[in-house]
Amino acid sequence: MTSALIGANVAVGPASSDGRRPRRVRRTTPHSTLTRGAGLGLGVAMIWFSLLVLIPLTAVIAAAGQGGWSGYVDVLRNDQTWAAVRLTVSQALLVTLVNVGVGSVIAWVLVRDNFWGKRLLDVIIDVPFALPTIVAGLVLLSLYGPNSPLGLHWAFTPNAVTLALAFVTLPFVVRTVQPVLEELDADVEEAAASLGASRLTILRRIIVPSLAPAIAAGAALSFARAISEYGSLVLLSGNRPFQTEVVSVRVLTFIENGNNQSAAALASIMLVVALVVIVALDLVQRRVARRG
Amino acid sequence: MVEVSTPTKWLLRLVAVGYVFFLVAWPVGLVVRQTFSNGLGNLAEALGDDQVVAALQLTLMVAVWAVLINLVFGVGISLLLVRFEFAGKRVLSALIDLPLSVSPVVVGLALLLVYNGRDGWIGPAAESRGFQVIFDSPGMIMATCFVALPLIIREVVPVLHEIGDDQEQAARSLGASTRQTFWRITLPSIKWAVVYGVVLSLARSLGEFGAVKIVSGNITGQTQTATLVVEAKYQNFQQETAYATSFLLIVVSIAALVVVAFLRPQRAH
Repeated sequence: MTSALIGANVAVGPASSDGRRPRRVRRTTPHSTLTRGAGLGLGVAMIWFSLLVLIPLTAVIAAAGQGGWSGYVDVLRNDQTWAAVRLTVSQALLVTLVNVGVGSVIAWVLVRDNFWGKRLLDVIIDVPFALPTIVAGLVLLSLYGPNSPLGLHWAFTPNAVTLALAFVTLPFVVRTVQPVLEELDADVEEAAASLGASRLTILRRIIVPSLAPAIAAGAALSFARAISEYGSLVLLSGNRPFQTEVVSVRVLTFIENGNNQSAAALASIMLVVALVVIVALDLVQRRVARRG
Repeated sequence: MVEVSTPTKWLLRLVAVGYVFFLVAWPVGLVVRQTFSNGLGNLAEALGDDQVVAALQLTLMVAVWAVLINLVFGVGISLLLVRFEFAGKRVLSALIDLPLSVSPVVVGLALLLVYNGRDGWIGPAAESRGFQVIFDSPGMIMATCFVALPLIIREVVPVLHEIGDDQEQAARSLGASTRQTFWRITLPSIKWAVVYGVVLSLARSLGEFGAVKIVSGNITGQTQTATLVVEAKYQNFQQETAYATSFLLIVVSIAALVVVAFLRPQRAH
């Protein structure tokens, strides 16, 4: 269940992998089981990882730090930037809420229901993951833009931001809840039903509590993605200051104006949010792992 | 398993299918229809446009390099994370996931700050040795590597956990070298996870926009990738070309999804 929930790094910690199974590699020190070749590999990998990820991200923090505390305050006190931050956070929250609701329903339908075209629905859910973000914007523009067959002209309004964010974050809650729902033990539900629990009680007392960590993980991922979204908004939202301009666009404007320090200040705030989400996810997953 | 009443069932079905239809299926369908609004004309026009062709070639080159680098790095790191113990392993495995939640714009800014030739940390030194990173393909490859970094690792790590190391131990005790063990035992058993990860990375790499836009400088005909061409063409009111190029990108990403959907059941057994 946990591995399905998290997708990847479950139980990599020493506590769970130590002791159960004899190690393949002879221990040289109590803590490290690296062979010489593996150590070399790790070294090369770490150099590349540092050049690619760690040093550049540190540079963002350093550039932001150059302006000191007042640099941050100045950036955030700019009305246009503050409007962008407010818009981004409120839209991201709204979209995350929608995803928690609709995403759980979609996951439920995919697991418990059976109808013609279900498999197609399952594949379509992944389309927003695979589609380039700029194409996502263009795609939404065709139904909700100036030539909309529905007569909806949402382009360049705050609705466009909601749409774009909802599009790119669609898979997160579905894909975290779905595997957990699949593994949910039907016996418990049947036992509850045979003891006279109503459907609503079963939903409230059994299903929702077991899905809650997965829903939380999906919500965190979708929030993180929503506040960092850029590509799908370029064509769709028009980037109007005070109306449809989001934080990423603001950062880009700073970069294009050569104001790297303000860009870094705003970017470092986004980085911190990303880190908080990762840590929160890790905590949720470890709690689930302990229980499970 | 608890049964829901028929009206509720239909309501849930309607919500799920309706939401996905209006948000994803119909819009994507419309773009495909507009691409073929005058037969194959739009596609032919796009493919006859030098700007589009150059961008497609560049995109492919950047994506292939990025996927290759991520493949080697991803499989290596996965093996290290699963099969070995070392200090800082947990921190590393958490940091590996970081690129997934960093905004593409922040990725671009981060690389720009370090590798730009004017006042970057490493950029001037690299450029004085004739190696330009920013506004050239190395920077674009790095940006693409960054955003697609965890995809292969996220596929391979769970499989490595699942298969355990019994077979590898057996091979070693029978005298196989590290290299033999890797090529004959480990690699065949993680093969599908690797393929799955490569397909996902390729789709992600071909479609990267924000980070590449910043580090490439978006120079028409030189450092403009397919996604950048879509933006430029759309804003130049050459919408047919924008739709046709988008269509090509849609085809690639949906092909990736179909490949993955076919591989998934094979992995389960």
